[in-house]
Amino acid sequence: MSETGQPALTLADVHFRYPDGTPALDGVGLSVAAGERVALIGPNGAGKTTLALHTNGLLRAERGTVTVAGLTLEAATLREIRRRVGFVFQNAEDQLFMATVRDDVAFGPANHGLAGAELEQRVEAALASLEIGHLAARAPHHLSGGERRRAALATVLALRPDVLVLDEPTAGLDPAGRRELITTLASLDVAQVIVTHDLPLVLELCPRTVLMDRGRIVADRPTTGLLSDADLLAAHRLELPYGLQLPEHP
Amino acid sequence: MGAGHTHALYVHEHSVAHRLPAHVKIVATFAVTVLIATTPNRQALAFAGFAVLLATVARLSRIPARFLLARLVVVAPFLLAALFLPFVASGPRVEVLGVSVAEAGLWGGLGLAARALLGATASLLLVATTEVPELLRGLERLRVPALLTQIAAFMVRYLEVIVAEVTRQRRAMTARGYDPRWFWQLKPLAAGLGVLFVRSYERGERVHAAMLARGFTGQLPALVEERPTPRSAWLVALVVPGIAGLVRLLAGFGDLGIGGGVG
Repeated sequence: MSETGQPALTLADVHFRYPDGTPALDGVGLSVAAGERVALIGPNGAGKTTLALHTNGLLRAERGTVTVAGLTLEAATLREIRRRVGFVFQNAEDQLFMATVRDDVAFGPANHGLAGAELEQRVEAALASLEIGHLAARAPHHLSGGERRRAALATVLALRPDVLVLDEPTAGLDPAGRRELITTLASLDVAQVIVTHDLPLVLELCPRTVLMDRGRIVADRPTTGLLSDADLLAAHRLELPYGLQLPEHP
Repeated sequence: MGAGHTHALYVHEHSVAHRLPAHVKIVATFAVTVLIATTPNRQALAFAGFAVLLATVARLSRIPARFLLARLVVVAPFLLAALFLPFVASGPRVEVLGVSVAEAGLWGGLGLAARALLGATASLLLVATTEVPELLRGLERLRVPALLTQIAAFMVRYLEVIVAEVTRQRRAMTARGYDPRWFWQLKPLAAGLGVLFVRSYERGERVHAAMLARGFTGQLPALVEERPTPRSAWLVALVVPGIAGLVRLLAGFGDLGIGGGVG
Protein backbone atom coordinates (compact mmCIF):
# COMPACT_ATOMS: atom_id res chain seq x y z
CA MET A 1 0.00 0.00 0.00
CA SER A 2 2.90 2.37 0.61
CA GLU A 3 4.10 3.98 -2.56
CA THR A 4 7.85 3.78 -2.31
CA GLY A 5 8.44 0.12 -1.56
CA GLN A 6 9.51 0.90 1.99
CA PRO A 7 8.36 -1.47 4.74
CA ALA A 8 4.81 -1.00 5.99
CA LEU A 9 5.96 -1.47 9.57
CA THR A 10 9.37 -1.54 11.24
CA LEU A 11 10.25 -2.05 14.89
CA ALA A 12 13.90 -1.57 15.80
CA ASP A 13 15.36 -2.66 19.15
CA VAL A 14 12.16 -2.01 21.06
CA HIS A 15 12.38 -2.32 24.85
CA PHE A 16 9.47 -2.08 27.24
CA ARG A 17 8.79 -2.74 30.91
CA TYR A 18 5.40 -2.61 32.58
CA PRO A 19 5.03 -0.04 35.37
CA ASP A 20 5.52 -2.75 38.01
CA GLY A 21 8.93 -3.51 36.52
CA THR A 22 8.03 -6.70 34.65
CA PRO A 23 10.10 -6.73 31.47
CA ALA A 24 7.83 -7.36 28.48
CA LEU A 25 9.88 -6.54 25.38
CA ASP A 26 13.62 -7.05 25.38
CA GLY A 27 15.05 -5.64 22.17
CA VAL A 28 12.52 -6.60 19.54
CA GLY A 29 13.22 -5.96 15.85
CA LEU A 30 10.74 -6.72 13.10
CA SER A 31 10.03 -5.48 9.60
CA VAL A 32 6.86 -6.12 7.63
CA ALA A 33 6.75 -5.35 3.90
CA ALA A 34 3.83 -3.60 2.26
CA GLY A 35 1.03 -6.08 1.64
CA GLU A 36 2.84 -8.87 3.55
CA ARG A 37 1.01 -11.13 6.00
CA VAL A 38 3.03 -12.12 9.06
CA ALA A 39 1.95 -14.36 11.92
CA LEU A 40 3.11 -13.59 15.43
CA ILE A 41 2.99 -16.69 17.62
CA GLY A 42 4.28 -17.67 21.04
CA PRO A 43 3.15 -18.95 24.45
CA ASN A 44 0.94 -16.92 26.79
CA GLY A 45 2.87 -14.05 28.31
CA ALA A 46 5.48 -14.00 25.53
CA GLY A 47 4.83 -10.32 24.84
CA LYS A 48 2.85 -10.68 21.61
CA THR A 49 0.03 -8.33 22.58
CA THR A 50 2.51 -5.92 24.18
CA LEU A 51 4.39 -5.83 20.90
CA ALA A 52 1.16 -5.30 18.99
CA LEU A 53 0.22 -2.39 21.25
CA HIS A 54 3.51 -0.71 20.33
CA THR A 55 2.66 -0.63 16.65
CA ASN A 56 0.18 2.19 17.08
CA GLY A 57 1.62 3.87 20.14
CA LEU A 58 -0.92 2.63 22.68
CA LEU A 59 2.22 1.57 24.54
CA ARG A 60 5.36 3.63 24.05
CA ALA A 61 8.78 2.00 23.88
CA GLU A 62 11.37 2.91 26.52
CA ARG A 63 14.02 2.45 23.91
CA GLY A 64 13.93 1.73 20.19
CA THR A 65 11.82 3.04 17.35
CA VAL A 66 8.59 2.17 15.58
CA THR A 67 8.17 3.25 11.97
CA VAL A 68 4.99 2.95 9.93
CA ALA A 69 5.27 3.43 6.17
CA GLY A 70 8.28 5.68 6.62
CA LEU A 71 6.81 7.71 9.47
CA THR A 72 8.58 7.37 12.82
CA LEU A 73 6.35 7.13 15.88
CA GLU A 74 6.61 10.17 18.16
CA ALA A 75 4.18 12.52 19.83
CA ALA A 76 3.73 14.63 16.70
CA THR A 77 3.02 11.66 14.41
CA LEU A 78 0.91 9.64 16.86
CA ARG A 79 -2.37 10.62 15.25
CA GLU A 80 -1.33 9.78 11.69
CA ILE A 81 0.31 6.54 12.87
CA ARG A 82 -2.92 5.50 14.51
CA ARG A 83 -4.73 6.05 11.24
CA ARG A 84 -2.16 4.01 9.34
CA VAL A 85 -2.20 1.10 11.78
CA GLY A 86 -5.60 -0.54 11.99
CA PHE A 87 -5.71 -2.29 15.35
CA VAL A 88 -8.33 -5.00 15.84
CA PHE A 89 -8.59 -5.79 19.54
CA GLN A 90 -8.92 -9.28 20.92
CA ASN A 91 -12.31 -8.57 22.41
CA ALA A 92 -14.69 -7.01 19.89
CA GLU A 93 -16.85 -5.99 22.85
CA ASP A 94 -14.20 -3.42 23.71
CA GLN A 95 -13.75 -2.27 20.15
CA LEU A 96 -17.40 -1.60 19.39
CA PHE A 97 -18.43 1.10 21.80
CA MET A 98 -21.01 3.13 19.91
CA ALA A 99 -24.75 2.54 19.87
CA THR A 100 -24.88 1.21 16.30
CA VAL A 101 -22.46 -0.53 13.96
CA ARG A 102 -22.73 2.36 11.51
CA ASP A 103 -21.75 4.94 14.15
CA ASP A 104 -18.86 2.75 15.24
CA VAL A 105 -17.51 2.49 11.71
CA ALA A 106 -17.92 6.26 11.27
CA PHE A 107 -16.09 7.02 14.53
CA GLY A 108 -12.53 6.67 13.21
CA PRO A 109 -12.89 8.57 9.92
CA ALA A 110 -14.89 11.30 11.66
CA ASN A 111 -12.09 11.73 14.20
CA HIS A 112 -9.78 12.24 11.24
CA GLY A 113 -11.91 14.99 9.84
CA LEU A 114 -14.26 13.29 7.41
CA ALA A 115 -17.84 14.53 7.36
CA GLY A 116 -21.02 14.56 5.33
CA ALA A 117 -21.26 12.59 2.10
CA GLU A 118 -17.56 11.69 2.17
CA LEU A 119 -17.94 10.11 5.61
CA GLU A 120 -21.07 8.30 4.51
CA GLN A 121 -19.29 6.84 1.47
CA ARG A 122 -16.34 5.70 3.55
CA VAL A 123 -18.65 3.94 6.01
CA GLU A 124 -20.65 2.27 3.28
CA ALA A 125 -17.51 1.09 1.49
CA ALA A 126 -16.07 -0.42 4.69
CA LEU A 127 -19.35 -2.18 5.51
CA ALA A 128 -19.69 -3.42 1.93
CA SER A 129 -16.14 -4.79 1.78
CA LEU A 130 -17.02 -7.05 4.73
CA GLU A 131 -20.53 -7.74 3.46
CA ILE A 132 -22.19 -6.40 6.60
CA GLY A 133 -24.13 -3.49 5.13
CA HIS A 134 -27.29 -5.03 6.57
CA LEU A 135 -25.92 -4.71 10.10
CA ALA A 136 -25.43 -0.93 9.94
CA ALA A 137 -28.35 -0.03 12.20
CA ARG A 138 -27.84 -2.87 14.67
CA ALA A 139 -26.51 -2.47 18.19
CA PRO A 140 -23.10 -4.18 18.63
CA HIS A 141 -24.24 -6.19 21.65
CA HIS A 142 -26.96 -7.84 19.59
CA LEU A 143 -24.56 -9.26 16.99
CA SER A 144 -23.24 -12.82 16.81
CA GLY A 145 -19.55 -13.45 17.48
CA GLY A 146 -18.69 -13.63 13.80
CA GLU A 147 -20.69 -10.53 12.90
CA ARG A 148 -19.07 -8.66 15.77
CA ARG A 149 -15.59 -9.57 14.57
CA ARG A 150 -16.39 -8.36 11.07
CA ALA A 151 -17.87 -5.15 12.42
CA ALA A 152 -14.69 -4.60 14.45
CA LEU A 153 -12.65 -5.12 11.30
CA ALA A 154 -14.86 -2.65 9.41
CA THR A 155 -14.20 0.04 12.05
CA VAL A 156 -10.49 -0.01 11.25
CA LEU A 157 -10.76 -0.63 7.48
CA ALA A 158 -12.78 2.58 7.30
CA LEU A 159 -9.53 4.38 8.20
CA ARG A 160 -7.78 2.94 5.10
CA PRO A 161 -4.78 1.67 7.09
CA ASP A 162 -1.38 0.58 5.72
CA VAL A 163 -1.09 -2.21 8.27
CA LEU A 164 -3.70 -4.29 10.04
CA VAL A 165 -2.72 -5.60 13.46
CA LEU A 166 -5.10 -8.31 14.63
CA ASP A 167 -4.98 -9.71 18.16
CA GLU A 168 -6.37 -13.26 18.27
CA PRO A 169 -8.85 -12.67 15.45
CA THR A 170 -10.32 -16.19 15.47
CA ALA A 171 -10.61 -16.71 19.23
CA GLY A 172 -14.12 -17.76 20.16
CA LEU A 173 -15.48 -18.01 16.60
CA ASP A 174 -17.38 -21.04 15.37
CA PRO A 175 -15.78 -22.92 12.44
CA ALA A 176 -17.94 -21.19 9.82
CA GLY A 177 -17.28 -17.77 11.35
CA ARG A 178 -13.57 -18.57 11.44
CA ARG A 179 -13.64 -19.67 7.80
CA GLU A 180 -15.42 -16.45 6.73
CA LEU A 181 -12.88 -14.36 8.62
CA ILE A 182 -9.95 -16.18 7.00
CA THR A 183 -11.48 -15.64 3.56
CA THR A 184 -11.94 -11.96 4.36
CA LEU A 185 -8.38 -11.50 5.62
CA ALA A 186 -7.02 -13.29 2.55
CA SER A 187 -8.92 -10.90 0.30
CA LEU A 188 -7.62 -7.70 1.93
CA ASP A 189 -4.82 -5.95 0.09
CA VAL A 190 -3.06 -4.55 3.15
CA ALA A 191 -0.10 -5.66 5.29
CA GLN A 192 -1.23 -7.77 8.24
CA VAL A 193 0.32 -8.78 11.53
CA ILE A 194 -1.76 -11.57 13.01
CA VAL A 195 -1.23 -12.42 16.67
CA THR A 196 -2.64 -15.89 17.22
CA HIS A 197 -2.52 -19.38 18.69
CA ASP A 198 -4.43 -20.69 15.65
CA LEU A 199 -1.62 -22.49 13.82
CA PRO A 200 -3.77 -23.83 10.95
CA LEU A 201 -4.72 -20.22 10.24
CA VAL A 202 -1.05 -19.27 10.27
CA LEU A 203 -0.29 -22.03 7.80
CA GLU A 204 -3.11 -20.96 5.52
CA LEU A 205 -2.69 -17.18 5.56
CA CYS A 206 0.86 -16.24 6.45
CA PRO A 207 3.92 -17.19 4.38
CA ARG A 208 6.08 -15.88 7.23
CA THR A 209 5.94 -16.55 10.97
CA VAL A 210 7.59 -14.81 13.89
CA LEU A 211 7.92 -16.78 17.12
CA MET A 212 8.20 -14.81 20.37
CA ASP A 213 9.00 -15.90 23.89
CA ARG A 214 9.90 -13.92 27.02
CA GLY A 215 9.90 -10.60 25.22
CA ARG A 216 12.29 -11.65 22.47
CA ILE A 217 11.93 -12.84 18.91
CA VAL A 218 13.14 -16.45 18.93
CA ALA A 219 12.60 -17.29 15.27
CA ASP A 220 11.53 -15.42 12.13
CA ARG A 221 11.19 -17.83 9.22
CA PRO A 222 8.98 -19.10 6.43
CA THR A 223 5.91 -20.63 8.07
CA THR A 224 6.17 -24.22 6.82
CA GLY A 225 9.78 -24.46 7.92
CA LEU A 226 9.10 -23.03 11.36
CA LEU A 227 5.99 -25.11 12.00
CA SER A 228 7.73 -28.33 10.99
CA ASP A 229 10.40 -27.79 13.66
CA ALA A 230 8.67 -29.80 16.40
CA ASP A 231 11.49 -29.31 18.91
CA LEU A 232 11.42 -25.54 18.51
CA LEU A 233 7.65 -25.48 18.96
CA ALA A 234 7.80 -27.73 22.02
CA ALA A 235 10.52 -25.59 23.60
CA HIS A 236 8.11 -22.66 23.50
CA ARG A 237 4.95 -24.38 24.67
CA LEU A 238 3.49 -24.74 21.16
CA GLU A 239 2.41 -27.75 19.18
CA LEU A 240 0.64 -28.43 15.92
CA PRO A 241 -3.00 -29.46 16.31
CA TYR A 242 -3.56 -33.22 16.20
CA GLY A 243 -3.87 -34.48 12.63
CA LEU A 244 -2.60 -31.34 10.93
CA GLN A 245 -0.49 -32.20 7.85
CA LEU A 246 2.18 -29.75 6.78
CA PRO A 247 2.81 -29.38 3.08
CA GLU A 248 6.18 -30.57 1.76
CA HIS A 249 9.11 -28.27 2.44
CA PRO A 250 9.65 -25.78 -0.31
CA MET B 1 -38.22 -11.29 21.58
CA GLY B 2 -37.79 -7.82 20.17
CA ALA B 3 -36.44 -6.80 16.79
CA GLY B 4 -32.85 -7.19 17.93
CA HIS B 5 -31.67 -3.69 17.27
CA THR B 6 -34.16 -1.87 19.46
CA HIS B 7 -34.46 -1.22 23.17
CA ALA B 8 -37.12 -2.62 25.46
CA LEU B 9 -39.23 0.53 25.48
CA TYR B 10 -39.27 1.00 21.71
CA VAL B 11 -42.21 -0.11 19.57
CA HIS B 12 -41.20 -0.78 15.99
CA GLU B 13 -43.87 0.91 13.89
CA HIS B 14 -44.24 3.39 11.09
CA SER B 15 -46.17 6.46 12.12
CA VAL B 16 -45.94 10.22 11.99
CA ALA B 17 -44.57 10.18 15.54
CA HIS B 18 -41.89 7.64 14.62
CA ARG B 19 -40.76 9.74 11.69
CA LEU B 20 -40.52 13.09 13.48
CA PRO B 21 -36.97 14.24 14.36
CA ALA B 22 -36.07 13.29 17.92
CA HIS B 23 -35.27 16.79 19.17
CA VAL B 24 -38.67 18.03 18.04
CA LYS B 25 -40.37 15.23 19.95
CA ILE B 26 -38.26 15.92 23.04
CA VAL B 27 -39.32 19.57 23.05
CA ALA B 28 -42.98 18.63 22.59
CA THR B 29 -42.80 16.02 25.37
CA PHE B 30 -41.08 18.45 27.70
CA ALA B 31 -43.73 21.10 27.05
CA VAL B 32 -46.59 18.67 27.67
CA THR B 33 -44.90 17.41 30.84
CA VAL B 34 -44.50 20.95 32.17
CA LEU B 35 -48.18 21.65 31.48
CA ILE B 36 -49.18 18.44 33.26
CA ALA B 37 -46.90 19.08 36.22
CA THR B 38 -48.10 22.64 36.77
CA THR B 39 -51.83 21.94 36.55
CA PRO B 40 -53.47 22.60 39.95
CA ASN B 41 -54.80 19.57 41.83
CA ARG B 42 -58.46 20.43 41.53
CA GLN B 43 -58.57 20.82 37.77
CA ALA B 44 -59.82 17.29 37.19
CA LEU B 45 -61.25 18.37 33.86
CA ALA B 46 -57.78 19.36 32.59
CA PHE B 47 -56.31 16.01 33.68
CA ALA B 48 -59.10 14.19 31.86
CA GLY B 49 -58.39 16.29 28.78
CA PHE B 50 -54.67 15.43 28.93
CA ALA B 51 -55.53 11.75 29.24
CA VAL B 52 -57.72 11.86 26.12
CA LEU B 53 -54.99 13.77 24.27
CA LEU B 54 -52.22 11.27 25.17
CA ALA B 55 -54.48 8.33 24.36
CA THR B 56 -55.07 9.86 20.93
CA VAL B 57 -51.33 10.34 20.37
CA ALA B 58 -50.72 6.72 21.41
CA ARG B 59 -53.42 5.57 19.01
CA LEU B 60 -51.97 7.59 16.12
CA SER B 61 -48.45 6.32 16.91
CA ARG B 62 -49.79 2.75 16.96
CA ILE B 63 -48.54 2.12 20.48
CA PRO B 64 -50.72 -0.65 21.96
CA ALA B 65 -52.57 0.34 25.14
CA ARG B 66 -51.39 -2.86 26.82
CA PHE B 67 -47.77 -1.92 26.16
CA LEU B 68 -48.25 1.46 27.84
CA LEU B 69 -50.24 0.12 30.79
CA ALA B 70 -47.67 -2.60 31.51
CA ARG B 71 -44.86 -0.04 31.61
CA LEU B 72 -46.81 2.44 33.73
CA VAL B 73 -46.13 0.10 36.64
CA VAL B 74 -42.99 2.20 37.29
CA VAL B 75 -45.15 4.92 38.84
CA ALA B 76 -46.67 2.48 41.34
CA PRO B 77 -44.71 3.98 44.29
CA PHE B 78 -46.21 7.39 43.54
CA LEU B 79 -49.68 5.91 43.37
CA LEU B 80 -49.10 4.31 46.76
CA ALA B 81 -48.05 7.67 48.19
CA ALA B 82 -51.13 9.24 46.58
CA LEU B 83 -53.30 6.63 48.29
CA PHE B 84 -51.95 7.58 51.72
CA LEU B 85 -52.21 11.34 51.32
CA PRO B 86 -55.95 11.64 52.10
CA PHE B 87 -55.43 9.84 55.41
CA VAL B 88 -52.35 11.61 56.66
CA ALA B 89 -53.10 15.19 55.54
CA SER B 90 -54.61 17.63 58.01
CA GLY B 91 -57.38 20.20 57.49
CA PRO B 92 -61.13 19.97 56.91
CA ARG B 93 -62.35 16.43 56.42
CA VAL B 94 -64.99 14.95 54.13
CA GLU B 95 -66.71 11.58 53.96
CA VAL B 96 -65.89 9.33 50.99
CA LEU B 97 -67.71 5.98 50.93
CA GLY B 98 -68.23 6.30 54.66
CA VAL B 99 -64.58 6.97 55.44
CA SER B 100 -63.48 10.30 56.82
CA VAL B 101 -60.54 11.75 54.84
CA ALA B 102 -58.79 15.12 54.64
CA GLU B 103 -60.20 17.11 51.74
CA ALA B 104 -56.88 18.74 50.81
CA GLY B 105 -55.20 15.33 51.01
CA LEU B 106 -57.85 13.80 48.78
CA TRP B 107 -57.27 16.39 46.04
CA GLY B 108 -53.52 16.22 46.58
CA GLY B 109 -53.59 12.46 46.20
CA LEU B 110 -55.70 12.59 43.06
CA GLY B 111 -53.47 15.31 41.58
CA LEU B 112 -50.30 13.38 42.39
CA ALA B 113 -51.68 10.18 40.86
CA ALA B 114 -52.87 11.99 37.73
CA ARG B 115 -49.59 13.84 37.24
CA ALA B 116 -47.49 10.72 37.77
CA LEU B 117 -49.54 8.65 35.34
CA LEU B 118 -49.83 11.32 32.66
CA GLY B 119 -46.20 12.44 32.91
CA ALA B 120 -44.95 8.87 32.65
CA THR B 121 -47.25 8.23 29.69
CA ALA B 122 -45.87 11.27 27.87
CA SER B 123 -42.27 10.06 28.39
CA LEU B 124 -43.22 6.53 27.39
CA LEU B 125 -44.72 7.82 24.15
CA LEU B 126 -41.44 9.59 23.41
CA VAL B 127 -39.20 6.55 23.97
CA ALA B 128 -41.67 4.16 22.35
CA THR B 129 -41.38 6.11 19.11
CA THR B 130 -37.66 7.00 19.25
CA GLU B 131 -34.62 4.72 19.19
CA VAL B 132 -31.93 5.41 21.77
CA PRO B 133 -29.25 6.72 19.38
CA GLU B 134 -31.82 9.11 17.90
CA LEU B 135 -32.86 10.20 21.36
CA LEU B 136 -29.26 10.99 22.32
CA ARG B 137 -28.68 12.84 19.07
CA GLY B 138 -31.84 14.81 19.70
CA LEU B 139 -30.59 15.81 23.14
CA GLU B 140 -27.27 16.85 21.61
CA ARG B 141 -29.06 19.02 19.07
CA LEU B 142 -30.86 20.68 21.94
CA ARG B 143 -27.42 21.60 23.34
CA VAL B 144 -27.47 19.19 26.26
CA PRO B 145 -23.77 18.97 27.30
CA ALA B 146 -22.04 16.29 25.21
CA LEU B 147 -20.48 14.80 28.35
CA LEU B 148 -23.92 13.86 29.65
CA THR B 149 -25.12 12.34 26.38
CA GLN B 150 -21.85 10.42 26.07
CA ILE B 151 -22.21 8.98 29.54
CA ALA B 152 -25.78 7.99 28.71
CA ALA B 153 -24.68 6.44 25.41
CA PHE B 154 -21.98 4.32 27.05
CA MET B 155 -24.39 3.30 29.78
CA VAL B 156 -26.88 2.08 27.18
CA ARG B 157 -24.13 0.37 25.21
CA TYR B 158 -22.56 -1.51 28.12
CA LEU B 159 -25.51 -2.10 30.43
CA GLU B 160 -26.41 -5.37 28.73
CA VAL B 161 -22.76 -6.45 28.74
CA ILE B 162 -22.55 -5.87 32.49
CA VAL B 163 -25.89 -7.57 33.15
CA ALA B 164 -24.62 -10.59 31.20
CA GLU B 165 -21.48 -10.56 33.33
CA VAL B 166 -23.54 -10.48 36.54
CA THR B 167 -25.63 -13.38 35.26
CA ARG B 168 -22.53 -15.45 34.50
CA GLN B 169 -21.11 -14.66 37.92
CA ARG B 170 -24.31 -15.66 39.68
CA ARG B 171 -24.40 -18.90 37.68
CA ALA B 172 -20.81 -19.69 38.59
CA MET B 173 -21.67 -19.13 42.26
CA THR B 174 -24.85 -21.18 42.10
CA ALA B 175 -23.07 -23.97 40.23
CA ARG B 176 -20.77 -24.34 43.23
CA GLY B 177 -23.59 -24.49 45.70
CA TYR B 178 -23.99 -20.84 46.74
CA ASP B 179 -27.57 -20.17 47.67
CA PRO B 180 -27.79 -17.17 50.02
CA ARG B 181 -30.78 -17.17 52.35
CA TRP B 182 -29.59 -15.01 55.20
CA PHE B 183 -27.98 -11.65 55.52
CA TRP B 184 -24.65 -13.06 56.75
CA GLN B 185 -24.36 -15.21 53.68
CA LEU B 186 -24.14 -12.17 51.41
CA LYS B 187 -20.38 -11.74 51.66
CA PRO B 188 -19.53 -13.60 48.42
CA LEU B 189 -22.14 -11.54 46.62
CA ALA B 190 -20.52 -8.34 47.84
CA ALA B 191 -17.09 -9.63 46.84
CA GLY B 192 -18.56 -10.47 43.45
CA LEU B 193 -19.76 -6.89 43.09
CA GLY B 194 -16.26 -5.69 43.85
CA VAL B 195 -14.83 -7.95 41.16
CA LEU B 196 -17.49 -6.68 38.77
CA PHE B 197 -16.48 -3.11 39.50
CA VAL B 198 -12.81 -3.82 38.85
CA ARG B 199 -13.68 -5.64 35.63
CA SER B 200 -15.86 -2.78 34.44
CA TYR B 201 -13.09 -0.34 35.25
CA GLU B 202 -10.60 -2.39 33.27
CA ARG B 203 -13.06 -2.66 30.43
CA GLY B 204 -13.30 1.12 30.51
CA GLU B 205 -9.54 1.32 30.06
CA ARG B 206 -9.63 -1.09 27.13
CA VAL B 207 -12.48 0.77 25.46
CA HIS B 208 -10.57 4.01 25.92
CA ALA B 209 -7.53 2.42 24.26
CA ALA B 210 -9.74 1.28 21.38
CA MET B 211 -11.02 4.83 21.03
CA LEU B 212 -7.51 6.30 21.07
CA ALA B 213 -6.48 3.77 18.42
CA ARG B 214 -9.02 5.29 16.08
CA GLY B 215 -8.00 8.88 16.63
CA PHE B 216 -10.17 9.90 19.60
CA THR B 217 -9.10 13.30 20.90
CA GLY B 218 -11.43 13.72 23.83
CA GLN B 219 -14.50 14.83 21.95
CA LEU B 220 -16.90 12.61 20.06
CA PRO B 221 -16.97 13.66 16.41
CA ALA B 222 -20.20 14.55 14.64
CA LEU B 223 -21.22 11.30 12.97
CA VAL B 224 -24.24 12.50 11.08
CA GLU B 225 -24.84 15.72 9.31
CA GLU B 226 -27.42 17.89 10.98
CA ARG B 227 -30.20 18.39 8.53
CA PRO B 228 -32.27 21.51 9.04
CA THR B 229 -35.56 20.60 10.66
CA PRO B 230 -38.51 21.20 8.35
CA ARG B 231 -40.99 23.67 9.78
CA SER B 232 -43.77 21.16 9.22
CA ALA B 233 -42.11 18.79 11.72
CA TRP B 234 -42.21 21.46 14.41
CA LEU B 235 -45.82 22.29 13.51
CA VAL B 236 -46.94 18.67 13.71
CA ALA B 237 -45.10 17.95 16.97
CA LEU B 238 -46.16 21.15 18.69
CA VAL B 239 -49.82 20.48 17.96
CA VAL B 240 -49.75 18.16 21.00
CA PRO B 241 -48.51 20.68 23.61
CA GLY B 242 -50.68 23.25 21.84
CA ILE B 243 -53.81 21.24 22.48
CA ALA B 244 -52.62 20.48 26.02
CA GLY B 245 -52.24 24.21 26.65
CA LEU B 246 -55.70 24.84 25.29
CA VAL B 247 -57.18 22.10 27.49
CA ARG B 248 -55.49 23.60 30.50
CA LEU B 249 -56.76 27.10 29.68
CA LEU B 250 -60.34 25.96 29.08
CA ALA B 251 -60.37 23.84 32.23
CA GLY B 252 -59.09 26.85 34.16
CA PHE B 253 -61.98 29.02 32.87
CA GLY B 254 -64.41 26.24 33.71
CA ASP B 255 -63.08 26.17 37.24
CA LEU B 256 -63.51 29.90 37.67
CA GLY B 257 -67.09 29.63 36.47
CA ILE B 258 -68.18 26.67 38.60
CA GLY B 259 -66.10 26.53 41.70
CA GLY B 260 -64.74 30.07 42.12
CA GLY B 261 -65.97 30.21 45.69
CA VAL B 262 -64.32 27.00 46.85
CA GLY B 263 -60.58 26.85 47.46
